[in-house]
Amino acid sequence: MSVTMRGTATRETPNEAERASQPAVDPAAPAPRAIALRTEKLSAYYGSAQAVGDVDLTFEVGAVTAIIGPSGCGKSTLLRCLNRMHETTPGARATGRVRLGDVDVYAPATDPVEVRSMVGMVFQKPNPFPMMSVYDNVAAGPRLRGWRMTRREMDDLVERNLRRAALWDEVKDKLHRSGAALSGGQQQRLCIARALATDPSVLLMDEPCSALDPIATYKIEELMRDLSHDVTIVIVTHNMQQASRVSERTAFMLAADDGIGRLVEFGKTDDLFTMPRDARTEAYITGRFG
Amino acid sequence: MAAVSAITPSSAIPSRHRVAARRRIGQSVVVGLLLLATALAVALLVTILGYVVVRGLPAIDLAFFTERPRPFGEPGGGIGPALLGTALLAAVSGAIAIPIGMSAAIFVVEYRSGRFAAPVRFAAELIAGLPSIVIGVFVWALLVRGLVGHYAAIAGAVALAVIMVPIVARTVEEVLRLVPNSLREAALALGAPRWKVIMSIVLPTARAGILTAAILALARSAGETAPLLLTALGNDFFSTDLFRPIAALPLQIYRYAVSPYDDWHTKAWGASLVLVVVIGVVGLLLRVVARQRVR
Repeated sequence: MSVTMRGTATRETPNEAERASQPAVDPAAPAPRAIALRTEKLSAYYGSAQAVGDVDLTFEVGAVTAIIGPSGCGKSTLLRCLNRMHETTPGARATGRVRLGDVDVYAPATDPVEVRSMVGMVFQKPNPFPMMSVYDNVAAGPRLRGWRMTRREMDDLVERNLRRAALWDEVKDKLHRSGAALSGGQQQRLCIARALATDPSVLLMDEPCSALDPIATYKIEELMRDLSHDVTIVIVTHNMQQASRVSERTAFMLAADDGIGRLVEFGKTDDLFTMPRDARTEAYITGRFG
Repeated sequence: MAAVSAITPSSAIPSRHRVAARRRIGQSVVVGLLLLATALAVALLVTILGYVVVRGLPAIDLAFFTERPRPFGEPGGGIGPALLGTALLAAVSGAIAIPIGMSAAIFVVEYRSGRFAAPVRFAAELIAGLPSIVIGVFVWALLVRGLVGHYAAIAGAVALAVIMVPIVARTVEEVLRLVPNSLREAALALGAPRWKVIMSIVLPTARAGILTAAILALARSAGETAPLLLTALGNDFFSTDLFRPIAALPLQIYRYAVSPYDDWHTKAWGASLVLVVVIGVVGLLLRVVARQRVR
């Protein structure tokens, strides 16, 4: 499914005073590609405690965008707002807008189940369904959504997505064994295959490598670069090297003293890491805190 | 060293050796008491089981399982109708109680975590704490005197179901809470509606535990006597009619045991042995199932 929102990614800034309070966004950076996903004044709450405040971000089609920041800066919460997973936590809610292509994610008429079917998600800890085989894990999405497919079509879909997740060669002989019997890195790639199987236009990854060893991490990063050609990827990571390795654009978030995570700086990854425009970004990437 | 021992004479502070000795004595006294109590508990269990086996075994032969009770004086006679009745009561009460208990648990865990959990759990605990005779009286008033109009198997099944519902609800609730939240999230993030997440992911993941809960509740209700006295009544004939009185193992034990005849007393022991073995076997099966869940 392709996203058709063509990109005039100019930001609406009513006046200069407000602009000054906005996060530093590189004005020179062109927006040559379409925008897959955009947040406008997105705030998130747990009960009465605000975790994310007024975040405006754009995610380009076919790019990897990284969200970095220290623990508790709201980056995972922000990610979970993008496919309305945030509200599955009791007491959690979000305000502001999220646009996914031409879908207004938080409009009253929008069904969260529909949103989630357009956005795939990979979690911090690999979580294959333990009572299902490798095959059934990949087939789980289409089956849960009630897609009518022949056995043959399902076989093709499973193989195609295991190949996309660079796992096919390792598991083709044990498709009907438990997914829980794979190694941690293989399990995470199985989860990626499972998320890809329903053909999402956006893939959200919430610290996908933090439970993995360096070799498994390397494989997933390589995979992300390959996948970004046809899927828009948003990755939350606390690993700055990882962000600089895999992403084209990086957003840096930080929680202020009030505990609310806000966007500090957003721009091209190379620029953000080599010449940050905000002093706090520089302090973070040079390791002075966080 | 010499100066130190001069200031603190050895009589004032017990030597390290004597402290250790006293500690050892205290230790062995406590361990001894614990051992004694444990031995008493085990001895009690062994005595009861042994007594049931010794007294019950003479009553047991094939006919004991298949024949219906005979009037006193006629040789033979068995607990066939009671076995059939207990099985039927278990099936019907399970069919009533397991869906209700499971639904309550699913609602509490999957839909309204927190807000309704405490009141539902409290209600379940209250029902579980009711003396079973009270449940029997209630069902007697409601069904035997009321809707059905006479003693009937269905009334017994309802009474047993009331006893089972809180057991099923509480146990299934615990089991559902053991299903990692990450699996629910994974399924939700795939675009599955909530009910489908429950049916396709949560319940299959918890199926061993749910089975355990169901068997546990059935085993518990299989031994209930008091509510059945007021509802199922008992029956000397084979019956599968839910709207007639029906026999049950505990009822049969009670009838044989309160009789004045030695032969019937032996049969009461025999029926007790059968009941204990059935519940024991179920318990063993539970262990096997539980172990499979871990694996």
